[in-house]
Amino acid sequence: MRVSFDLAALKKTTWREYAIRFLFGGAVTVIAGVLAKLYGPAFGGLFLAFPAIFPASATLLEKHQREKNQAAGTSRAIRGRQAAALDARGAAMGSVGLAVFALMVWKLLPSWDGASTVGAALATWFVVSFLLWHMRKRRTFFRTKSF
Amino acid sequence: MQFIFRFIVGGLVVSLFAVLADVLEPKSFAGLFGASPSIALATLGLTISAGGHNYAAMEARSMIIGAAAFFFYACVTIQLIMKLEWRATPAAVSALAVWLGVAVGGWALVLR
Repeated sequence: MRVSFDLAALKKTTWREYAIRFLFGGAVTVIAGVLAKLYGPAFGGLFLAFPAIFPASATLLEKHQREKNQAAGTSRAIRGRQAAALDARGAAMGSVGLAVFALMVWKLLPSWDGASTVGAALATWFVVSFLLWHMRKRRTFFRTKSF
Repeated sequence: MQFIFRFIVGGLVVSLFAVLADVLEPKSFAGLFGASPSIALATLGLTISAGGHNYAAMEARSMIIGAAAFFFYACVTIQLIMKLEWRATPAAVSALAVWLGVAVGGWALVLR
């Protein structure tokens, strides 16, 4: 399956929904900073991997899929749920990449400069996540029921 | 002032990755961006400049446990949606308790 962009999806999201995601992302970032200040970096660092994007994305995905089904004259709520579950499966694979990102920053940052460390870790996050997704597509890994 | 800056940068980075997740197809691929290091990208620069490299590296070490908690969070969300037939919103929000439990439990067991 090829990766593509569906720019029409941007129009389906309302300004209120964009604003909620901005506020939520900003709030989590501030909370992570406050917790690090109060309880130290070992505790605050946990929140650098807080699921700040997934809940809103899955909600919107299910909503858009439901609207699409209603427009097509079908009322299969299960389609919306399946789309959200697929999104969650991708997030599970992305979380492995997220752990590798953190591992690289932890190991490289004491000796590398900040920009190079974050750049290398970000590239590794993407490569690891993409490879896991690609292997799953080829059914060489994560042999689970497809939906 | 630093928290206002943090809030704006965090909101922008999370929004950027969220938009990428919206427009990408197929959705299993877009889901990868649901677990992007958005909060880390928003905060690491500030943390490095304010606390230094070793302080930021300590945060990153804890982030590994946060990422493991994210994996459990996503797996529980899938089960709630597909097995228990919950809607996406209650499943994704309720499972945040799993993320919190695994993350804080892991911190207490390994890092405390």
